Amino acid sequence: MNALFKPLHLKLLLGVFLLFFVLGMTALYAVKIEFHSFENKAQEKLYLQLIAELRCVKCQNQNLAESNAELAKDMREKAYELIIKGGSRDDVVNYMTARYGDFVLYKPPFKMQTLLLWVGPPIFLFLSLLMLFRLIRNQKNQPIEKLSETDRDSVRDLLTSNKEK
Amino acid sequence: MKFFIPLIAFVALIGLMLFGLNNDPKLIPSPFIGQSAPQFELPRLYKPEQTISVDDMKGKVWILNLWASWCVSCRAEHAVLTRLINKEKIPTVGLNYKDYGTEDYGDDAVQWLSSLGNPYYAVAVDTKGMAGIDWGVVGVPETFLMDKKGIVRYKFTGPVYQKAVDETLIPLIKKLREEEG
Amino acid sequence: MIPEIGHFALILALSVAIVQGIFPLWGSLTAKPQWIALAKPAAYGQLLFMVISFACLVYAFVVNDFSVKYTANNSNSQMPTMFRVSAVWGAHEGSLLLWAMILSGWGAAVAFFSKGIPPIMLSRVLSIMGLIGVGFMLFVIVTSNPFERLLQIPLEGRQLNPLLQDFGLIIHPPMLYMGYVGLSVAFSFAMAAMIGGKLDASWVRWARPWTNIAWVFLTLGIALGSWWAYYELGWGGWWFWDPVENASLMPWIVGTALIHSLAVTEKRASFKAWTILLCILGFSLSLLGTFLVRSGVLTSVHSFASDPGRGLFILIFLLVVIGSSLILFSFRAHKLRSVGSFSLISRESGLLVNNVILLVMTATVLLGTLYPLIIDALGAGKISVGPPYFNFVMVPLALVLFSVMGLGFFLRWKKDSIERVLKKVWIPLAASLVIAFVLPLVVAPEFNFKVVLGLFAGSWITLAALMWVVSLGRSPFKLPLASWGSVIAHIGMATTVIGITLVSLYDTEKDVRLEKGQSYEMAGYKFAFEGVEGHQGKNYTANRATMTITQDGKHITTVHPEKRDYGRDAMAMTEAGIDAGFTRDLFVALGEPLGKDAWSFRIYHKPFVRWIWLGAILMGFGGFIAALDKRYRRMRKIAVEPIADNAGKKNQPKPASGVTI
Repeated sequence: MNALFKPLHLKLLLGVFLLFFVLGMTALYAVKIEFHSFENKAQEKLYLQLIAELRCVKCQNQNLAESNAELAKDMREKAYELIIKGGSRDDVVNYMTARYGDFVLYKPPFKMQTLLLWVGPPIFLFLSLLMLFRLIRNQKNQPIEKLSETDRDSVRDLLTSNKEK
Repeated sequence: MKFFIPLIAFVALIGLMLFGLNNDPKLIPSPFIGQSAPQFELPRLYKPEQTISVDDMKGKVWILNLWASWCVSCRAEHAVLTRLINKEKIPTVGLNYKDYGTEDYGDDAVQWLSSLGNPYYAVAVDTKGMAGIDWGVVGVPETFLMDKKGIVRYKFTGPVYQKAVDETLIPLIKKLREEEG
Repeated sequence: MIPEIGHFALILALSVAIVQGIFPLWGSLTAKPQWIALAKPAAYGQLLFMVISFACLVYAFVVNDFSVKYTANNSNSQMPTMFRVSAVWGAHEGSLLLWAMILSGWGAAVAFFSKGIPPIMLSRVLSIMGLIGVGFMLFVIVTSNPFERLLQIPLEGRQLNPLLQDFGLIIHPPMLYMGYVGLSVAFSFAMAAMIGGKLDASWVRWARPWTNIAWVFLTLGIALGSWWAYYELGWGGWWFWDPVENASLMPWIVGTALIHSLAVTEKRASFKAWTILLCILGFSLSLLGTFLVRSGVLTSVHSFASDPGRGLFILIFLLVVIGSSLILFSFRAHKLRSVGSFSLISRESGLLVNNVILLVMTATVLLGTLYPLIIDALGAGKISVGPPYFNFVMVPLALVLFSVMGLGFFLRWKKDSIERVLKKVWIPLAASLVIAFVLPLVVAPEFNFKVVLGLFAGSWITLAALMWVVSLGRSPFKLPLASWGSVIAHIGMATTVIGITLVSLYDTEKDVRLEKGQSYEMAGYKFAFEGVEGHQGKNYTANRATMTITQDGKHITTVHPEKRDYGRDAMAMTEAGIDAGFTRDLFVALGEPLGKDAWSFRIYHKPFVRWIWLGAILMGFGGFIAALDKRYRRMRKIAVEPIADNAGKKNQPKPASGVTI
């Protein structure tokens, strides 16, 4: 009988399944809800995007949007202020990096120091696929190796060692 | 040979980890070093009708010290800082960060200074913390040293201690004072 | 007294582990059957003493023994018993003890279900697990002893963050550790195989079900962590690319690659060296994760209180374990020549492509996680690498992977032709393209090409998997469990992909100010604010809002988000109201009063967010039933058959079942 259809497994699956859906009330940190009115949707979008991509420099790896730290609040405020004055994405980013360096950006800028970071993954992929291709090509021409006599013995040893028990 | 590649990569990784163990990931260098000091013009703590600005300090080697009465490590560094200021007679602006005038804290800044002593040339009040952001504050206390041209030459993050004063700050102040204005 | 017993049991477990680590291995090299025979009893003994030790620590928490420093720091008599028990692994020392106990549990399980494995092999496997155990137990005893006493006994333990008193946090760490540590089994098999220098791939057959089970735990552990972050941290996020999360993702990706590569090595005796390298890599990344989390080398939201001394210990441990295994690999790998060749279009090639992409993904996560450290070490400043980077580079890699994933089902071993495969896949391929382009046009609020890509990946994998079952032309009830497991796990992956795509691109979030009687509309739902009432809880006072949610005038649900005050010292907590659903979550958090019956709210609409974790459950379930496959038992029987006539009927091995659950 196939285990998939055993009632025990079904119950287990159902249990785990329910667990993920039933839970309704949960605790979380006091959310700081701030109101910002924007002139248009684009500004609001820019603001939300920026506070998600800028790092709260004081926190343990949190962005501005998620942090409750005072400093994060001030930095959000500053970002809002710049955007509402008509600042572009670059204006806010430049303001922040002038004060906190590239550390404040979760998306590191493309420059000499971050070259490997940005070009690394595609190069890894390309090189490894190339190597793989050549490997498959080469192994086709290789003769199939026969087991040597000593290898045979060692396999036999391994298999028969059971009887010592 | 190709089977040794993982081993070599691993050795490099261990080297990196060893560096990581002796490194504080939270210490961020200030990008202001070698740049002009950011401007501010803020009301003074004891004379709120007057203001103090960065331009007022032009031509002098000076210190900007960010502090707040709610900050515990500021209390710890205060004596060391006072000794430095008195010894070197260096004009020091205290930037009172998010403290005076906020309803929770009242006149705490004034009380704090009257009980611990006021070594500052002037105290600028940054209620909203926006001047702090302009200076790239991460946490109080922070201490900046400017040369005669108003360029930031050094930043000390966290409470200053005697050894840092003797070995780094004082020699640097002496050097900056010899430079042309 | 009890804590001292715990401490003593831990030392005994260490002694047993030392015996287990040295003698059976030595005996296997010098042909001493008595020493070899030590392996099994030692594995059981180690588990026994670890369980005693761990039970003593749990006892200290349950009876609120605050003379134990670790208890006083991490527990509190006000907490319910359930949370006092889970607080045992809430911090560094206890969680490490749990790690060590789970490790000895895996060791004992391998010993127990080892009927088909030759004693020499088994003794080596258990010895290596014993040696790993020695490292961890020494780590606990030397640097992080949870049984340390306090001279001045506090009356009450430290106040615990209410965030940590949660169901998700009770089961998330043990699941994850089961996964991390489970990878040590495959590692030990690979090491044992290399020590023996055997050419055959029989060890792979024994290692496969264990790897599957470890992977299942890892999958569920990661999903639980993500789920917990979603509802508990309350920012509506489910994955943050935090170093700690990455540390769990890397072994998972390598584990996924390993499961596929083990299949090839077992069935076709190919990629032998590669499979061994993956075994080493998987466990190494588990250890590396442990190091990153506990040493404070990288900043993370979840990191334990860091301690460079502990960091140095793990680093040395890492050096010994991984270093020695890689040295062994360097000198032995060339002996592991694969037999049998295959052409460019074959199932072998397909699985190798899968492995290569998965490893590139792992390398990318590793690169991004460590890059700030590399730059810092080179003195080139401080940078951050976060979600925008990882999403940018990982999504294309994943898309490449998903596009070839569906093909893999239909590829034949050894040699296949493109024409034949295309003939098989064109229906699911065409169908998924239609779904991907038409569905967003018809239902979605706005057309987005990224949605097309996500939907294509999801439906293509699902349809290809189902089509494959159909194309086998057998009754689904007669299909082997391993095949079912594979199909279910791949559909699980597809489910998660669709969930991730839809929630990432279509979720809405808004902070609003509402007066009593006002309402706000989002994604077709109307959130009507009915007012806030004072509410007295057991140890808190709260403001409790009532929010009625309707859709086209039809009542959907009423949620009650709260803002709780736990008294002077505790942080104010927000209790969000979540209406979870199959196709969307509605999420309301209460903010501040804004005067005159007006309050601030944060409202989220998260379409298909549950699919992310639903997919993970399916993946876990698939991996689990695949491990139950009868084939592993049958294969083992064949493997030991040659000795049957020598050993006589009495010793004929019984078919062993390969799972522990």
